[in-house]
Formats: sequence, C-alpha cells, structure tokens
Amino acid sequence: MMNRISQLASHALKHRSVSAVVVTAIAGIAASMLLSGAASAQEASAAATSTATAAAADTRPAIVVRGEYLARAGDCVACHTAPRGRLFAGGLPMETPFGTLYSPNITPNAQYGIGSWTKDAFFNMMRTGKLPDGKLIYPAMPIAQYTKVTREDSDAIYAYLRSIPPVAQENRPHELKFPFNQRDLLIGWRTLYFREGAYQPDPTKSVEWNRGAYLVEGLGHCTMCHTQINMLGGSSQSDQFAGGLIPVQKWYAPSLTSDKDGGLGDWSIKDIVDLLQAGNSSRGAVYGPMAEVTFHSLQYLSDDDVKAMAVYLKALPSNTGRKAGPSASTETTVFAHGANVYKDKCAVCHGDNGKGNAPKYPPLANNQSIEMDSAVNPIRIVLNGGFPPGTKRNLEPYGMPPFGQELSDDDAAAVVTYIRTAWGNHGLPVTPREVNDLRKAPLR
Amino acid sequence: MHRRTIGASLLLLLSVASTGAIAQPAQPAQAGTTLSPMDERMRACTSCHGVQGQGRNNDYFPRIAGKPADYLFNQLSAFRDGGRTYPPMGYLLAFLPDEDLHRIAQYFAGFQPPYPNPDSAPVPPAVLDYGKQLVMNGDPARKVPACAACHGAKLTGTEPGIPGLLGLHASYIAGQMGTWRSGTRHALAPDCMHTIATRLSERDIYAVSNWLSRQPRPDDPRPVPPGDVKLPLACGSEPQ
Repeated sequence: MMNRISQLASHALKHRSVSAVVVTAIAGIAASMLLSGAASAQEASAAATSTATAAAADTRPAIVVRGEYLARAGDCVACHTAPRGRLFAGGLPMETPFGTLYSPNITPNAQYGIGSWTKDAFFNMMRTGKLPDGKLIYPAMPIAQYTKVTREDSDAIYAYLRSIPPVAQENRPHELKFPFNQRDLLIGWRTLYFREGAYQPDPTKSVEWNRGAYLVEGLGHCTMCHTQINMLGGSSQSDQFAGGLIPVQKWYAPSLTSDKDGGLGDWSIKDIVDLLQAGNSSRGAVYGPMAEVTFHSLQYLSDDDVKAMAVYLKALPSNTGRKAGPSASTETTVFAHGANVYKDKCAVCHGDNGKGNAPKYPPLANNQSIEMDSAVNPIRIVLNGGFPPGTKRNLEPYGMPPFGQELSDDDAAAVVTYIRTAWGNHGLPVTPREVNDLRKAPLR
Repeated sequence: MHRRTIGASLLLLLSVASTGAIAQPAQPAQAGTTLSPMDERMRACTSCHGVQGQGRNNDYFPRIAGKPADYLFNQLSAFRDGGRTYPPMGYLLAFLPDEDLHRIAQYFAGFQPPYPNPDSAPVPPAVLDYGKQLVMNGDPARKVPACAACHGAKLTGTEPGIPGLLGLHASYIAGQMGTWRSGTRHALAPDCMHTIATRLSERDIYAVSNWLSRQPRPDDPRPVPPGDVKLPLACGSEPQ
C-alpha cells in the first residue's frame, strides 16, 4: 500500500524544479560541512535530503495540484492502484457478491489508459457513468456519487491524471457471474439507483455544511459503505447513510443518521475531525475499511475541508439521542467469565473501568462502536486486533493485539458480551456462534 | 522521497552503529518497570511474537528478535504489500507507512533474548550429517551454495539484509523453504532464495532444517557486518 504513497511522493518530486532541488542540496551539504567538520558524507546527504524536501516548492500548474488533491478526496488510488503496482495502472481485484471486477488503468497511456480521452469525455464519464464509447460503467465505481462532482473539479482531476506517468498495462477483464456479466442489466440498475446531476447546494444551510455535503455525498462516496447495499447492489434513498454490513469484507459500516447506532450527533467537531483526518480521537479510532479511507484519502485533506465534512456529518442524525436505560441482562456465568478475560487481557490498556486512555487506548465505556446493534465490529477487533492507520497527524499509532489465536469462541463471546453490557453500555450479548462465523471473515 | 530520506538516515544510523558510537538498544521491558511508548505500541506484535520478539513454540509466531533491521523491514513491507501472504500479518500492517515499519524493524533488531531449546525429536545421524554438509559447504554440482556463504559462518546472519538461521524450529524452516520453492513467498528481485529452493529436494530441506534447528545458541548471536563477502548469487535484499 505504501508503494502508492511512495510513488505519489516520488512522482511529486519529479514535478518539482530539479535545479532548485540541486541548488538547495548543495547548499545543505556545504552548510553541514561548515557546521561540523567531522560530519560524515551520509550525515550531509541526509541533511541535504531533508533541506531539499522542505524547500522544494511544487511547481506543477495549479490545476494539476488541485486535481491531485481532489483525486485524493475521491480516494481514486485505493481502487485504481494494485499492491506493488504502478500508480493508477489499475488491476486491483475487487470482490463483490456478483463476481470479481478489476479496476481499469487510468494513466494517460493512449492504448490501455485514458490517454485518448478529451476533457469533455472525462467529464461525461464522471457525470453520466458512461465510457466514451457509451458502455455503462459497473457501479463498483461510485458513479452515483461522482455524478455530483462539478465540471471544474472534474477538469482538475482530468488535468492531474494527464500529468502522471503513462503505464502500458493492459486491463484485465471482469470475472462476473451470469447474469451480472450482462452489461445491459445496468440499465435497470441505473433506473432504480442512479440520479444524474451535480450537487445542488441547500440554500437554507451554511456554506460550510454545503461544502461538507458535497465532499461526503460526492467525491468521498461515503454512502458506498454507510448505506446498506441490497440484493441488486443498490441502496435505496430512504436507507441513505443508515449503515449496514459491507458485503464480502464483513465489517459493519456504522449508521451516520442515528446516534443510537454510530451517528456522530453528540460528538464534538474536533473529535470528528481527529477521527477522519488523524485516524484516532478521544472517542475512538478508525479501523477496518475506514482505516483505509483515512490512510489513502482523508489524511491529505485540508483542515477546512475535513471540518466541513464534520459539520455535515454531525448534523446528519435525527435528534433522537443515544441508547438509554439499563444495560441488557446477561447470563451471570458468561458475564463473570467475560469480566475475567477482560481483566486478564484488556484492562492493562483499556482500564478496569473501560475508560481507556485516549487517544492511545480508546474508551470502551459509552462507545457507540461497542454498543451498536451489530456486534460484528467489536467481535472482529477482539479476534483480529489492528493498527489505526499511520497518518501525518498520528505517525506512531498504537496497535490493538489480535486475540483470535488465544481466545476460544466462548472466551471471545464472553468478553465481547462483557464490554457491551458493563459500565452502563447498551449493547446486547453475543454468542460463540457469531464469533465462530467471523473467524472466517477475510482479512484484507 | 520518503524512501530516500529514510535510506539516508538508515545509512547514517548503520555507520554510527558500526563504529560503536550508538548506545546498546534499550533493555526489554520487565514487569514493574515503565514501558516506553514503543513497548506499548508494539503490543499488537508482542502478544504473539513475545515481549522481545523471541517467538513462540509454534510455527506461526517465529523468532524475530535480533534479526538485521533491513531484513525485518523487508519482511514487514512484503507482508503489507503482498510479497509474503499471511493474512493476519498483512491485515495488521496494511496502513502503516514505511517510516513506521523501519521503526518496528529497528525495535526488534535491538533485542537478543535467550534462544529456545534446540529441537530434540530423533533424527538419524546420517541425515544430520548430510544437513550439516549442505549448510556449511553446499552442493557445487547442483549449484547449491552453502547457507553459511551468505548467512555467516556462524549462521547468525549478515548485515544489513540476511537473517540468522538459528533459534528456529525445523518445521518453520522447512515451511519457509517450501513457500520459496512454490513462489508464494517472494523476496526483492532477484529472489535468490527462490532460485536456491528450487534446486533443493524434500530430502535436502528435511536434512538442512533439522540440522539447523539442533544447533546451540552461538556465543555472539549478533549478525556479522557485511565485510567483503562476495555472495554466491545476486540477492535483491542484499545489494552488492
């Protein structure tokens, strides 16, 4: 994965003024020689590298720089670059309930990429979800979201994609099961789920809210996970952002519309910004597929844009509040066993009282991730552990150990039951069967 | 760009380390002592590999302590990017940048915890003799180099990228040789271990892994400096 970032970085370097880098490098070497006569060559070159890094300005045209930023907001890299593959050369297998799709090459190579596309053709694809030859694009590409992108932003992304190195890598055909390999079926899908058109600002809301809505509903394509997908691979407007189990990956995308099930209505703007941009916050950390979004996309967005998204997300939930009332009752022996496992394995970081030590160790008490109706995420985190993403704002993340190898289904079910019902939490007990099922969940 | 900066600072670190100017790595955390931030951060690793990376008594959580830092970095990035496929490792590392993988590699390279007891299941002496012969001398007729030619005369590894071969179970060594041979484990190209593994028979691997797993802890378990050893074949993880 970091390959992508390294490639982005080295790619960015290429666009910077080579002469400026060299001049700064020489100055850096000279300076460090003067400061310390005994400095080793390595020391000098290390100093020169960091000086050059700090000093080199991005000399690419403004529209390309902006396009790169928007491409990150759209997280294009997550699908259009394969692990250890060339930047934006595609080829990433995407497993869906309907078969495997392979992301296409979007480098400016004329034969395999988008080298022969005009700016208009690119915009037309973004707005209509159709390829230049009229073929309908499979909605693994967030066409129902990217249609909201403005002409100006589409042109910037186009300019950026034209500026990256072309890669002569052939596209791999999709491997879809019948009948999903019949592209004409997409006509039906589009009738049900595709509404063409740019984002329409809501004049009753603030500029900031509208900016957030544009990013969340458009390029951010948050609804692709945070709205339950149905048997047709679509999501209905009434379920918009209500959360759901992500097919194949088997992580549960929390609701963004109900504070009872993950909504951010009672979060501070700062905590939402921290969660999205840094990957951790005083309320919890991102993990699973959301860690990928922060890693590839959100960490690169400006403070203003992330704050706008936070303002929009905070305003999404209806005002019905968090879950309330007494905790669910559990079997006494299960709760006691869970308490023992917790004391033995979890309390060292998360504390006897479940209050944690944020942002290193998220609180488990009063944590929506733990209390959600679906127990999928708490079970998976106990089984698989995980590191929050290493981001610009959280360079050294604290990892949660996996416990799947040392806890039995009974142990894991007991401890998850315990954290979901202790300390006034409002989750429901889980069964060893649920734990066992999630042991088979894919890990990438 | 990140890579270049890190490469330069690593070089610097190594050059300082080889002149002995750098302090010995921090002693591992003991019960009752204060944990460093790194000790705490690495709980996701040490819960399986042990608090000093000494490994567990099974083949899934091998010893990682004291291996050359570049070797450990290469393994971490391979798990993350697909060069090695073990889903629980790939999942844990998926969103950690190179900078952090270097920190993790340095951390575990700095430990030298006690070695486990050598394997002791009965294996015929003739097999062990044959294993020793291959490890120390190779088989020139089949173009199989001696393990010791790259992994060091005492088999404790060679800086910066070649790991030691002691303190591992026979089943783990044999398992890894199998993954190299089948191509499910890749090193940086040119992948010399794949080349070598394809020249070995089941019998060779059995003998080599059993002899290696029966060797006592060396007096000085640290990897040796690269010196001017000429590798018998080109290896991407140890560029010369």
